[in-house]
Amino acid sequence: MTERSRSDAGPAHKTLEIGMALLIGVFGLIVIFGSLKAGINWGAEGPRAGFFPFYVGAAIVGASALNLWHAQRDDDGRLFAEWGQLRQVMSVVVPTAIYVGSMPFIGLYVASMVFIAWFMRWLGGYRWLTIAAIAIGMPVVTYLVFERWFLVPLPKGPIEEWFGL
Amino acid sequence: MEELANLFHGFAVALQPYNIMLMVIGITLGVIIGVLPGLGGANGVAILLPLTFSMPPTSAIIMLSCIYWGALFGGAITSILFNIPGEPWSVATTFDGYPMAQQGKPGEALTAAFTSSFVGALFAVIMITLVAPLVASFALRFGPAEKFAVYFLAFCSFVGLSKEPPFKTIAAMMIGFALAAVGLDSITGQLRLTFGVTELLNGFDFLIAVIGLFGIGEILLTMEEGLAFRGGKASINLRVVLQTWRELPGYWMTSLRSCLIGCWMGVTPAGATPASFMSYGIAKRLARRGNNFGKGEVEGVIAPETAAHAAGTAALLPMLSLGVPGSPTAAVLLGGLLIWGLQPGPMLFVEQKEFVWGLIASMYLGNLAGLIVVLTCVPIFAAILRVPFGIIAPLILVLCAIGAYSVHNSTFDVMLMLVFGVIGYLLKKCNYPLAPLVLAIVLGDKAEEAFRQSLLGSQGSLGVFFSNGLVSTIMALGLVALFWSAIQEGYSRLRMSMA
Repeated sequence: MTERSRSDAGPAHKTLEIGMALLIGVFGLIVIFGSLKAGINWGAEGPRAGFFPFYVGAAIVGASALNLWHAQRDDDGRLFAEWGQLRQVMSVVVPTAIYVGSMPFIGLYVASMVFIAWFMRWLGGYRWLTIAAIAIGMPVVTYLVFERWFLVPLPKGPIEEWFGL
Repeated sequence: MEELANLFHGFAVALQPYNIMLMVIGITLGVIIGVLPGLGGANGVAILLPLTFSMPPTSAIIMLSCIYWGALFGGAITSILFNIPGEPWSVATTFDGYPMAQQGKPGEALTAAFTSSFVGALFAVIMITLVAPLVASFALRFGPAEKFAVYFLAFCSFVGLSKEPPFKTIAAMMIGFALAAVGLDSITGQLRLTFGVTELLNGFDFLIAVIGLFGIGEILLTMEEGLAFRGGKASINLRVVLQTWRELPGYWMTSLRSCLIGCWMGVTPAGATPASFMSYGIAKRLARRGNNFGKGEVEGVIAPETAAHAAGTAALLPMLSLGVPGSPTAAVLLGGLLIWGLQPGPMLFVEQKEFVWGLIASMYLGNLAGLIVVLTCVPIFAAILRVPFGIIAPLILVLCAIGAYSVHNSTFDVMLMLVFGVIGYLLKKCNYPLAPLVLAIVLGDKAEEAFRQSLLGSQGSLGVFFSNGLVSTIMALGLVALFWSAIQEGYSRLRMSMA
């Protein structure tokens, strides 16, 4: 396990709360903008495509304005999370992003093997033998269950092709 | 007694060897899903949904609903043995279940939990059997305005009943509606909100959202908490089971009350989690030994488990009869129906008799099978929890990726899943409810279609939603549900300012 920092410093809950409300508000504005582009008025075949999403967008903006107001008002001094905890979270998000991003190029199986092995080694600190067993075993089981049994194809890369799978 | 004949026919379908095999596989997978953190009912079903594309729909729904029952059972195991709720609805079970296990009575606690779960589910299934056909035949008369009113009521009760702040519920729900609107507009055939991104032509698939929000988001939350499992040993032997069973009938009042709470909360889309808390709270207030609650009282296990399971099962009633799912997992099952080419809603009872009654019959059998499986295999499932998170987490992440990919065979979806995961983590941390968001993605198109069709009929006048007794009643109920939260908020604000 990576070491947990003992300090209780971290971003305030209020900051995140406000940021989230703003982010959702911006999303609402995008929805409104997109709906305006699609047309929000009454067309030949009834309400046009942007009619419904326009009001949805307006509701999003309205609700997040109120949420923003609430977040601004009550400050209980709570932390969103400690920096150490956020580091833990990022230590999953970043490798998962790399894993997901590499999938179109090297295929799901190889990417999964590397990902599982990385995770177990750096976050779990396991012996290589254990790691090899699981990192290779899981994709093999996946292959048998998904592709052989249920006939669901999964993305493959050059290595699988070389094996002729 | 046509229903009875249909039900027996359903049993014949559900009892085919192939379907029984799927039932047992589903229950086992479900319990594992319920036991593991980060793999919930909704997300587990979503990941496994692509596996069922090639199956006949009836077999597919039997397997998937059994995963759901299994997950409901599984949540109790971790709550009682490890004080870790595997599912949100089993949080209330930890209050008395874990103390019981600590006092050396894990067997009693588990038996009580499983049996009450079974009782709750059975009660709800009987209710579904009796009520669903009536509701469906009633709903056959619904026009677009009535349909929209039902959706309106469903979403309003979310705002009114959820414990999250109402405007956060509204924001989350509207995000769902907006995501559902992206892509091809089903009525005019026009593209909207895609901003020129070709991947968005078909919109956001709710399965991707479910896997990301519930699966990845949950893993990130668990990572943050740095969960370390301290495993207790569990064993159930026949003597303990029989002894507990002898005691249980004494708590029939609590059971019955919890069943009713569960059914009510399950039909209105509040779901199993609030049902379990509510049932626990009421039992604590009314029980003779209420002061002892929290210190290891069997009744404190019976109440939340019965209600959670009743609610989880009852959530399928509106899904089957109205096409409005009562919980995120029911929403995923509804999505499955659409993928298998079935139109959810009242017509199911007319056109797909075999499917509906096969499913209902499988609910009886699946829960019985579930009870047997969990009672006999508890030690094995408890052992799964002792597998460290360092191994479980990457495997779950890979499973989520596989699930997300196989929905449309698209790697773009896998990236989208991760984005949803991070958003889900942030939303959850900021106390935005995820269930209405998912339900809105599933129902968004249908709600919009009903809304626009009703407006089309009335030439744009909103009066169509109050044009006859039926639609006005449903709309009024919805407004009450909305208003309810406003009253409560005003009341609590008043109290806060007075305190």
